[in-house]
This record gives sequence, structure tokens and C-alpha cells, in this order.
Amino acid sequence: MMPNISENEPVLHAENLIMQFGGLVAVNGVSLDVYQKQIVSIIGPNGAGKTTAFNCLSGFYTPTSGTIRFMDEDIHTLPDFKISLKGLVRTFQHVRLFKEMTVIENLLVAQHRHVNTGLLSGLFKTGSYKRKESEAMERAKHWLNKVDMFDVANREAGNLSYGQQRRLEIARCMVTEPSLLLLDEPAAGLNPNETQDLNKLIVGLKEEENISVLLIEHDMNLVMEISDNIYVINQGQPLASGTPEEIRNNPDVIKAYLGEV
Amino acid sequence: MKKNINHSLFTALITFIVSFPLLGLSLVSVNGSLTIQGADNSTMIMIGVAISIVFIFQLYREKILHMLGMLPTPSLPFKQAYKNSSLEKRTTLKKVFMVGLILCVIIWPFMSSRGAIDLATLVLIYVMLGLGLNIVVGLAGLLDLGYVAFYAVGAYSYALLSEYLGLSFWVALPIGGMLAALFGFLLGFPVLRLRGDYLAIVTLGFGEIIRILLNNFTSVTGGPNGISSIPKPTLFGMEFGRRVKEEGNTLFHEVMGIAYSSSYKVIFLYILAVILVIFTLFVIHRLMRMPVGRAWEALREDEIACRSLGLNRTAIKLSAFTIGAAFAGFAGCFFAARQGFISPESFTFIESAIILAIVVLGGMGSQVGVILAAIAMTVLPELARGFDEYRMLMFGLMMVLMMIWRPQGLAPAQRPHMEIKNDA
Repeated sequence: MMPNISENEPVLHAENLIMQFGGLVAVNGVSLDVYQKQIVSIIGPNGAGKTTAFNCLSGFYTPTSGTIRFMDEDIHTLPDFKISLKGLVRTFQHVRLFKEMTVIENLLVAQHRHVNTGLLSGLFKTGSYKRKESEAMERAKHWLNKVDMFDVANREAGNLSYGQQRRLEIARCMVTEPSLLLLDEPAAGLNPNETQDLNKLIVGLKEEENISVLLIEHDMNLVMEISDNIYVINQGQPLASGTPEEIRNNPDVIKAYLGEV
Repeated sequence: MKKNINHSLFTALITFIVSFPLLGLSLVSVNGSLTIQGADNSTMIMIGVAISIVFIFQLYREKILHMLGMLPTPSLPFKQAYKNSSLEKRTTLKKVFMVGLILCVIIWPFMSSRGAIDLATLVLIYVMLGLGLNIVVGLAGLLDLGYVAFYAVGAYSYALLSEYLGLSFWVALPIGGMLAALFGFLLGFPVLRLRGDYLAIVTLGFGEIIRILLNNFTSVTGGPNGISSIPKPTLFGMEFGRRVKEEGNTLFHEVMGIAYSSSYKVIFLYILAVILVIFTLFVIHRLMRMPVGRAWEALREDEIACRSLGLNRTAIKLSAFTIGAAFAGFAGCFFAARQGFISPESFTFIESAIILAIVVLGGMGSQVGVILAAIAMTVLPELARGFDEYRMLMFGLMMVLMMIWRPQGLAPAQRPHMEIKNDA
């Protein structure tokens, strides 16, 4: 889905995000911009507050202060499901599939907003209901093929291999037709081959589906290869930002990762 | 085509083998001994016609089925066409089976005893309740221990509406369902944030509140004395009693011109329950395959993932509570009409527990399971009457053993298999 904002405006603009849990400031003054058709990564050591920042952006936490603008709208006060309806969809660090449902059902549930949810129209199978259902099926089919999982469409999601589960989670986000996808450590637990496939998949999302991707990842090869822009967070504070090249040579980043030399 | 001719000849032969000895030959006793005789000419002609119909149908099977819209267009690749036709066959077979089953269920009461029909009607009420609670517990995964409250709301709706406003069963049935749904909606609001144990406690409390309210609101509900002489349902204004109770009604046996028998009423109530159950089964079967049904299950599986995908959990939980309660309301209405007398005694916690046991025993989320379990839960205690005071002990033991051997239930729910054609 092409965002209806101008080319040089950011899709997502977060400013001075602060998230405080009692005395602990998990995220302290993080600002970031994601532009159209960009892959942006957030990196940082464990416990740096990356996932907390993600939870703020996707509405799972309401930030203590700061503003989040998505597609020219303030979203930091909205509940999570409304943010997702606006086209900002996320995955989770630990795969969260509907495990006892089949792959195709997972993809259909995700399209809840696209289908006709009227009770009577469903009971009587009206024309609009059938059309919407078959559209949903088509979209599901399209994404099954994209992530190469057509053969397992009727398998229960919980029985898939880990790599397949990861891919299904991304496909499940994509059937909602988002304009920004938030991926929380998508490569965690994948083998090098699977990571390579994931790399292609994410770049494909940007090139073919025209969406932006915001990524948390520890796999530096992946991050450096596909990112247009990188933000580094350390202990809740923004440490650096820039192109992969700049980040690679930034002494502060090296210090944060490797410790004082 | 050659294959078709062979196939058709074969089926025609089978038809002959099956029909000729049965219809074309008859045993006639001549002078005290049996002899075989050919049947008369018209029977022979009928057999001949039947054989030729089978032959022609099998010869042009594809074309005929295609004309009836039961087969995909033959331009599809062979494998896919084959696959689809087998699926079609399966669904047609399933339909035939369902119709046969329904016919059996409807014909059955005409050849069994009154007591058996009465028990079957009770089973059907529990099937309805089980199916309703199955939405809340089995599909949406919300543990509701106060489901009997909605049952009570439905029953008292009809009792009170008929006592104070003189409404008939058929008017009160939808109203009772809707009132129960309203109560489900109202209960849904405060408990939305609760999960698991906490939800169970609150719903348990709600069930008790309704019962205690009915017990103490003597001026309206008659308190522990209950409400008696609730009119039985009528069939297009026909009553099933010996004498007309309400003005303007006629009597069933008089209209039909048959002698009065008290079993007509029992059979009528039974068939009414069957219709209500079929209606419930149909609606819930569709709901499960609709977006709202998928959302219920998704919510049970992972609430956080649902939120991240833009599903409004408030609306989804409320819909589960409301729709589940509505079916309890229908069941309650019917219960009041069947009993003719209700009191808060009928709506104690043990009823909730039994309904919940039906859902769990059958297999969460499974409709077939609920039906089997409802039969088991009602019929087994009756069968065990021979054990006198050890009856409930036996019953409890059976439940325990069941949960050890088959914790997933009698007929666990199966995921719908979706046929997808890959034309990409």
C-alpha cells in the first residue's frame, strides 16, 4: 500500500521518546525517522531498550513522554489495535502464531479488517461477504507463495519448523497490507541459509511491496547488508545514527559493543 | 468412452443382480409348499426401466453432473478435476448422511416409549446449552462458570412474559434469546480485562447473583415457589392438551381428526427441540467459519498477537459472550415451556458444572463432541440408576477415567481443511 504522504516526509517520526517504569528509564530520549521505502535498523547491546522502544511505537506501551507521528497523525495515545489498523504492524521477538490454527487460518485471521464481519451477511453468505472472503483467500494465497509455504497451507502453525514459523509471521503481517512493518529480531534462531532467505524477503518487501521496514536485529551481517539507515541505542539512550558505513566506523558504537579498550 | 461403456455395463449388471431377485421373484405357496414365481409384467418393466436409467446415467455421467453443476468444467487439468470431483463426492455424501440422520432422529420418537422421548428432549436441551457454552469456553477460551444464569434468564423471560403479558411461546422465544444476550453483553463489559481463574470467579458470582435474585424477588418471580402452569408451546394455534386452555386455540387431535393421546405432546416437544438444536448447530457451524469465529479462536490462542494485527479484543470477547448467552436463552425458554414449572432450584451451580463438563468431555470447540457428551452426561446417570446411591459415585469415576484416557475429549475439534487451488 502506497502511503498517501509526500515523498520526503517520514512515514514514522518519533521524537524524544521516554519510557519510564517506576525508577527505571528504559527508553530515554530516543528519536527516529523512517522514510518511504526505507529499511531502518535499531541495534544495541542486550537490554538497551530496543524492544521497549518497539512496544512504544506499536502502542503496546504508552510512552511516558514524547511524540510519535505515523503518516502525519499522532498515534502515541492510540490503543495498540488501532495503530495496527492504521498500517503499522509488528512481529515479536518470540514467534507469536496462532499455534493450533492452520497456516491459512493464521493468514485469514490477520485480514479481519478487510473482510465482511457482519453476522447476518456471513450467516446468509451474501455476495459482498463471499467476495471479501475470496479476496482474503487470494491475498493469503499470494503471500503463501511469496514465503514459499504453499505446501503446508493446511498444517497447524505450531507444527512448522522454526524458520517457517518466522516466515509465516511476516506473511501474516503482510496480508494486513501495512505501510510500515516492525520486525523484532526476525533472524534470531535462524541458520545461515534461512537468514539469507530472510534477507531476500525483507529487501523484496521494500522493492516490490513499497513498504518501509523498521528492524531490531543482532545479526550484524544482515543489518549492514540491507539497512538504509541505522540507529544505535545503548542503555536506553540514543548513541549514534547513520548509514551502515558510518555506524561501522563510529568509535562510540565500537566501544559500546566491545567495551573500553 | 470405452471405459465408460464398460463401467456402465457393470453398474447395470449390478442393478440387475440386486433388484431382480428381490423384486422380480416372489415366493408363492402352492398346496402347502413354497415355489418361486416370476413377478407380474409391470414389475419386470419397472426393473428394466431402472436398469436402463442406471446404464444411461453412468454412460453420460460427466455430462449430466456437469449440467447439474456438480463437476468442474472438464477443461481443467486431469489431476485437479479428479481432486475436485472427489471432494464434491465427499460433500454430497456428507449431505446425504446428514439428511438421513435428521430423518432418523425425527422418525425415532414414533416408535419409542414416552420416557425415552422425554429423556431425549432433555438431552437436546443440554446439547443446545453445550453448543452455546462451547462458543465461550471452547472457541473463545473464556472460562465461564456462571453460564446457567443466561439459561435462567431465558426460562424466566418466557415464564414472566406469559404470566404478565400473556405472550405466546413463539413470541417469547426470540425475546428470551435477546434478553439473555443482553445479560451476556452486560456481564461481558466488567469481565473483559479478566482472564482464566479471575474470569471464572466473576462469572461464578454472576450465576449465583441471578439465582439469589430470582429466589428473593418474591413479588415478581414467586421466589422459591417458582412459577407454575406455564403454557406449553402451540403448533399454529393448536394445543396438545385434552382440553383447550387458552381462548382462540384449537386442539391438535380434533383438527387432525385423531383420538387424543398424551404422547403427541411429548413428540411435539421433542421435534421442536430437534428443530431448535438443528438451528443452533447450523448457526454455530457457520459462525465458526466466519471471520468472527476465526477471531474467537485467535483470541484464545494468543491475545497479544491479535492486538498486533488490529483485532479489537473487546468487541470479539463481547460477541462471544453475547452470542453464547443467546443460545442459553433459547434453551431456557424451551425448558420453561416443556416443564411448565420453573423455580430457582433448576438453575444452581451444578447445572453450570454439568454444561461445562459436556463441553470439556466432548472436546473443546467440537460440535460433534458436545452432542456425544450431552448424550453421555444425561443418559449414563439414568442407566446407572440400578446402582442406587452409588450412582453419582459411578458417574464421577467414569468422568475421572475418561479424563485420564482421553483428555482431549470424546471427539476433539478438527481444523477445517481448506482446499486451495494454486494457480499462481
